[in-house]
Amino acid sequence: MGVSESYERGRDLFQSNPIGFVLGLAVVILVLDMVRKLVTGDVTVARFGLVLKAGVMRGMVIGLAGIGLSLTYSILNFANFAHGDYLTSGAFSGMAVSYLIAGNFGRDASIGALLLVGTGGSVFGGALGVGAVTAPVAVLAGLIVAGVATIGLTLLVDRYVFKPIRDRSGITLLITSIGVAFVLRYLILFVFGGSKRGVTAEQPSLSVGVPGGAVEIGTHDVALFVVAGVLMAGIHLLLQNTKLGKAMRAMSDNEDLARVTGIPTERVVRYTWIIGGGLTGVAGYMFVLWKGTLGFFDGWLLLLLVFAAVILGGIGSIYGAIVGGLVIGITFSMAPIWIPSAFGRAAAFVVMIVILIVKPEGIFGGTSTA
Amino acid sequence: MSDATDSQGLAGRLWGRDPVKVLALLAVIYAVYIALGLAIGFEIRGQINSIATLTFYIGVFGIMALALNLHWGYTGLFNIGIVGFMAIGIYTMAVVSKPAAETASQVGGLGAPLWVGMLAGMVAAAVLGLLVALPALRLRADYLAIVTIAFSEIVRFTLLSRTFQEFRIGDRTIGLGGGSGLLLPFNPLQSFLDVTRLNVLQDALVGLAEPIIGGNADAVINSFLYGVLLLVIVAIYYVVLTRIGRSPFGRVLKAIREDEDATKALGKDTNVVKTKAFMLGCALMGLGGVLWYMQSGAITPNTFRPRLTFFIWIALIIGGAGSNTGSVMGGAVFAAALFQGPRYLQNLVESAVEVDAPSNFAGAVAPIFDSLSVNPFLFYVIDNVRQLQLVFMGLVLIWLMHNRPSGMLGHRKEAAASVSLTRRPAGQTTAADGGRPGAGGGDGDE
Amino acid sequence: MSDTEVETDPEPSASGAMRDSGAVEGETGPEELADVSLRIENLRKEFGGIVAVDDASFAVESGTITGLIGPNGAGKSTTFNCVTGVYEPTAGTVYFEGEDITGLAPHAVANKGLVRTFQIARELREMTVLENLMLAPKGQRGEALWRSLLPFFRNEVVEQETEILERCWETLDFFEIDHLADEYAKNLSGGQRKLLELARALLTDPEMLLLDEPFAGVNPSLEERLLTHIHDLQEEGYTFLIVEHDMDLIMQHCERIIVMHQGKVLTEGTPADIRSDEEVIEAYLGGEV
Repeated sequence: MGVSESYERGRDLFQSNPIGFVLGLAVVILVLDMVRKLVTGDVTVARFGLVLKAGVMRGMVIGLAGIGLSLTYSILNFANFAHGDYLTSGAFSGMAVSYLIAGNFGRDASIGALLLVGTGGSVFGGALGVGAVTAPVAVLAGLIVAGVATIGLTLLVDRYVFKPIRDRSGITLLITSIGVAFVLRYLILFVFGGSKRGVTAEQPSLSVGVPGGAVEIGTHDVALFVVAGVLMAGIHLLLQNTKLGKAMRAMSDNEDLARVTGIPTERVVRYTWIIGGGLTGVAGYMFVLWKGTLGFFDGWLLLLLVFAAVILGGIGSIYGAIVGGLVIGITFSMAPIWIPSAFGRAAAFVVMIVILIVKPEGIFGGTSTA
Repeated sequence: MSDATDSQGLAGRLWGRDPVKVLALLAVIYAVYIALGLAIGFEIRGQINSIATLTFYIGVFGIMALALNLHWGYTGLFNIGIVGFMAIGIYTMAVVSKPAAETASQVGGLGAPLWVGMLAGMVAAAVLGLLVALPALRLRADYLAIVTIAFSEIVRFTLLSRTFQEFRIGDRTIGLGGGSGLLLPFNPLQSFLDVTRLNVLQDALVGLAEPIIGGNADAVINSFLYGVLLLVIVAIYYVVLTRIGRSPFGRVLKAIREDEDATKALGKDTNVVKTKAFMLGCALMGLGGVLWYMQSGAITPNTFRPRLTFFIWIALIIGGAGSNTGSVMGGAVFAAALFQGPRYLQNLVESAVEVDAPSNFAGAVAPIFDSLSVNPFLFYVIDNVRQLQLVFMGLVLIWLMHNRPSGMLGHRKEAAASVSLTRRPAGQTTAADGGRPGAGGGDGDE
Repeated sequence: MSDTEVETDPEPSASGAMRDSGAVEGETGPEELADVSLRIENLRKEFGGIVAVDDASFAVESGTITGLIGPNGAGKSTTFNCVTGVYEPTAGTVYFEGEDITGLAPHAVANKGLVRTFQIARELREMTVLENLMLAPKGQRGEALWRSLLPFFRNEVVEQETEILERCWETLDFFEIDHLADEYAKNLSGGQRKLLELARALLTDPEMLLLDEPFAGVNPSLEERLLTHIHDLQEEGYTFLIVEHDMDLIMQHCERIIVMHQGKVLTEGTPADIRSDEEVIEAYLGGEV
């Protein structure tokens, strides 16, 4: 491996993918500029740490939700625009249970107010002490219900909406999923009301002193990190080591092939929704727990970022969704260091659009699921 | 097969004509609205107002569905960033045509005539369409969808940002107004009527209406006239787009929709054709945005959320993508039944009974269990019609995709040619050797 | 040499167009053919390290029906795609009528007069047969957006459309599918689709036609008709390059045959040459002949 050889490889890389090369160069320049800003003190280490932490956290949520979207996109072959509202559904169903338990099943507030997650300011999560330290049982139960309820919802929707038109084009299914998104989002609005509410109580946190201030690591930062990390590791083991995992990987590569070789397609489809729906519901719940507010629009606002992550990582790739989620999350949070903060989300979208144009198969594309 | 000319009777033959279908549909819609209004005892003023509003929405949804049909129905371009192009259109128009600010703190415009602003809005939308088209038209349909919707959100963030809230060009302060939006001091209807000298008609109508509906009749009449003006514009869109559809250009669009590679293999530069069609559609969407909002007094960025895009899609799918007649009818049905209908019913109910709605869902459901009283729930439903109608739209979209994916008119055969294909050209006989390609047809052999 | 010519000439009418320039068997250099339509030189196409076409060179003489054969994966379709601009070749040159057309976009290649059909017929499904045909002719003024809109210029378009329509009807008659004019292309049988594709390709006024397995899935009587049409068209001066699996058919109807194997041109020559070529028998015919 001589110098000339690596130079040659670099030149080949440039010739085969000049735009990708330029993009890579842009990333390097941004990293160098970040270092410069830190050294000169334009950006304090504290701010950098805070922004990076927020980006990683958001990235974990996007990655977790992205696994589900990526699986359904590759195995069922359509972009599911209802996925964001699955996220919202998980958040609301989980929070309703957390409220119910934290509110002592109606002793602290009316059952209706608790189940409707304090609609119209009837009860506040802060007052109920909702949080991983102050009410661990309520949070754990909420987490589980968020996953289970979202699985139930995705299976129900699949049975009555997607299954009857399974053989149609991806575009037909995409349009149909927009219909599903409307139904879910505005039913949630109808039932739970439109107010954006605070749902968590103050939790203990650890302050790490760094130059220029401190980076605070809260309970829910840790909770989100642990839950997302464990689930991601679990899905990895499942896809690598079980028969079901192999079948799902086969289907995501080629559905016809899977059908011919006798893998029970509908069964695989069902497990796809179970895994994808469960992860998405949990992601929605953890997202809301972490940011501390809940609104009926939360999932929809996250959807395009999740799409961005999935496309970035390559549709069908689990690791791609996770890495894509982190990249998109960090882009979203870090962009305001360079550009007006109103364009953080726009920057993440631009990354997605550029990837679609330059490398539509994604950075992990071509390497099939997991 | 879909040719209705062979069906019997005058009615059948009339129904075969597309304009008759559209007019019949409009007649039914208006009859239902008027009948409902009369049944509940609406005043005439209220009636005219509700008809004017209805006409407005039939007009704008018809315009937008027609523009979308050029993208999706003809060319197969899956654009779900419509709202971005509408926003570009009206914002550009506002910046160009608003008068200069009187005080330094106000956001003004460049003060150009109205029509210049409208044209600028169209051009800006087309140019942004080009910007999207250059990289994105090569992409798969679902990727194009994601790119366009992301693009429309980027437009909205830009309009919302403080960065472009206001800036100075020379000695003028102009800008996009940020989150609080822009005031639109336009009266496009009056300008139009004055220029075309139709204000005589307007005065006559107001004079006629004043004794019946009382003071301020001009406000009611004007909103009605604006609706009528929009219907005229729908007709213009229809004629223009149908001409395009029936031209060789339209034939290439249709071929691209069916199979782009095969079209290329026949020597058609599909990229150029797609880009042209996309830009034209975007310009028409930009103009649609202008017509929709220019008389509304003010605009804010959050009007232009993606759900408006999906409304237009539902309208097109109801009517049937690929058909201009279907687009107009779909726009009318969507406006009357899904968009304006539930609100109209809400008005009717509220004017008939005292609606004492509970403030939340718990208050609506609890009485059912406590005292078997469903009234609070029904009141809650009526009070929240605006949310529920979106649920209903979602259900309609799902139902359509399951049962009527080609729309209310079903499958239609609309020939893409400037001449009638149904008959053989006169003087043609199947002579034994008269039909050699290359030898015949009047073009030289090699 | 002369005996092979007589033996392989299926139609007396075609003999006039055919000029065997006394080529020797095996490596026939392109320059030895008198009047060359298509010539490819050292064409190479790699897909991520896999070589699909490996320095292939051959030429197609004007006015002939030339067959391109080879086992599956021999690189025939990739060669077609490189010639017609669907793929950009990794290396090598494609000449058509003496002009370098390497790397031109598919539509540009078609507009030079080199038009292809597809292995699986690519009829435009939701368009009628007549619309399919009317799409094809070159130089349609109404393909400019503004001309199709503006009143005065539109008349010009309508005039041309009438001419095109007339030509399309003639073509329909020629192929005896005029009764299908108003039918959606998707409702045609497999064989009718192949006819439609050929008809559509002809309406572009090509010099040369590349037919990718034109007889696959076509019933025998329709196949006979297609062949008759192809020979009739050859008489009028069209050049054909045909990829086909049916050996007998190729042997009977082509004046020259190019054999590809593993991305390379194994040999080219008259059917008799091919039939007696040991290498071809080894690689392709498996000793069956």
